[in-house]
Amino acid sequence: MLSIKHLSKSYVAGKPVLTDIDLEVAARGITAIIGPSGTGKSTLIRCINRLVEPTSGSIEFEGRDLVMLPRAALRQARRHIGMVFQEYNLVERLTVMENLLAGRLGYVSSWRAWRRKFPAEDIARAFEVLDVVGLAGFAHQRADSLSGGQRQRVGIARAVMQQPSLLLADEPTSSLDPKTSVEIMQLLTDIARQRGIPVIINMHDVELAKRFADRIVGMADGRVVFDGPPDRLSDAVLKTIYGGEDWLQ
Amino acid sequence: MSTATARAPAFRVNGWHRAGSIALLVYVVYASAQMDVSWERVATGLHNTVRFLGRMFPPNFTRWELLVKGLQESLEIAVLASALGILLALPIGLCAARNLMPAWVSWPMRLMIVGARSFHPVIVAIVFVKAVGFGALAGILALTVASIGFIGKLFAEAIEEISLKQVEAVRATGAPFMGVIAFGVLPQVFARFIGFCTYQLDSNLRNSTMVGIVGAGGIGGTLFAAFQRFDYDYVCAILISIIALIMLGEFLATYVRAIFIDGLSFADLFRRRVGDLASRRELHLEDD
Repeated sequence: MLSIKHLSKSYVAGKPVLTDIDLEVAARGITAIIGPSGTGKSTLIRCINRLVEPTSGSIEFEGRDLVMLPRAALRQARRHIGMVFQEYNLVERLTVMENLLAGRLGYVSSWRAWRRKFPAEDIARAFEVLDVVGLAGFAHQRADSLSGGQRQRVGIARAVMQQPSLLLADEPTSSLDPKTSVEIMQLLTDIARQRGIPVIINMHDVELAKRFADRIVGMADGRVVFDGPPDRLSDAVLKTIYGGEDWLQ
Repeated sequence: MSTATARAPAFRVNGWHRAGSIALLVYVVYASAQMDVSWERVATGLHNTVRFLGRMFPPNFTRWELLVKGLQESLEIAVLASALGILLALPIGLCAARNLMPAWVSWPMRLMIVGARSFHPVIVAIVFVKAVGFGALAGILALTVASIGFIGKLFAEAIEEISLKQVEAVRATGAPFMGVIAFGVLPQVFARFIGFCTYQLDSNLRNSTMVGIVGAGGIGGTLFAAFQRFDYDYVCAILISIIALIMLGEFLATYVRAIFIDGLSFADLFRRRVGDLASRRELHLEDD
């Protein structure tokens, strides 16, 4: 499904953020990437849809190497990769419906998009997805009038509108309170399981990762230092990922 | 150590600021001496002004047909120049934004905007009168150039301040460039763009009453001729009409902003007006 090989990234030459990452992601399942701040989790996720350009390595997705794709082909590929952001990244001044339909921009012509003339089935699907994420009736509210949890629901709905075959989530719950975090994780994983698509999630919260993920990837200093099911995530492993041990008590 | 920090002044004296203020003061005194400004001249000037104002009243509206024709032409110049200017400023401002465009696109556009802003509309109008002859066309073109300069510059700056996170999210969906502009960029700057446009319409309305002085159409020509013939009562009539026109423009601009920016409908506006009046009356009652 997704196969990352020898991926490296350095923003400044000689100071790599990611070093020689190898990662295979199966066609379904929830993969959580954990690790200390600044270890390149976000960079790794952004390299996959090339919001950040990798320095070297290959990322094979649906039989093509994303790293080598020219711009137009990259846009085609991005349509199949939904992304959920830490700070939701909704277009604040647009309505919930417009934010959802933004997920269809890769499929409609710009001329239609400018006039907000989306196909009827896209609009019908948008209403369905709103139901699924629990925001029925919010279609015409402006995004900046919503609460954090509601915004992240719109963020997820936008990604789902793309009908993606892979979901990326970059710290989707870091700006939310604990209860809302669990609800959002539940929603994200439910949707992924229901649609049978894989999700890669960057996480801060180890407990939340253990609770929802099928597989945990631990990163430290830009390298993968652990890869396995949540129950193998022992204190010893956490020590190698985060360093120190005082915080484990 | 601790006593030294306790004794440190709370505010640092900035020698450069102080020197700059003194230099400015000295220059103002020097410049007034150079310009031969004296109380005598101010006194005679005031005397002249009073006589001049006296001759302006009562305003003379007998030649109202000429007046209306001039105002109409000014209005046409302002509206057409604004429309054309807004239409052209949109792509130019977009291309001049350095966070969206590569340097080889943005720099020529920025140069163009600087060029459009370098000269006062009257100077540009003189050039266009030479190029296309006397009349409204020269005025329209001159004010179009001014509109492109003003709206283009502010629009580009507004775009450079947008949140790129929102843009990134739209890009991540695989949207083509124009889709990103329509859904990621414009929504963030649309309200400010409307603001710039209404402000420029206002400004064009004022300038359209002036370009006539150099023969570029509008009420300005009539005004200038009246001045030269010492028809001060007619001048007064023209000035009053111009004030009315500007006020009308301001009024319209407020409504346009309310509708586009706050998303109010005409009915809402009417209700708000009435609501204001009602609450004001209530306040009044409470005072009693």
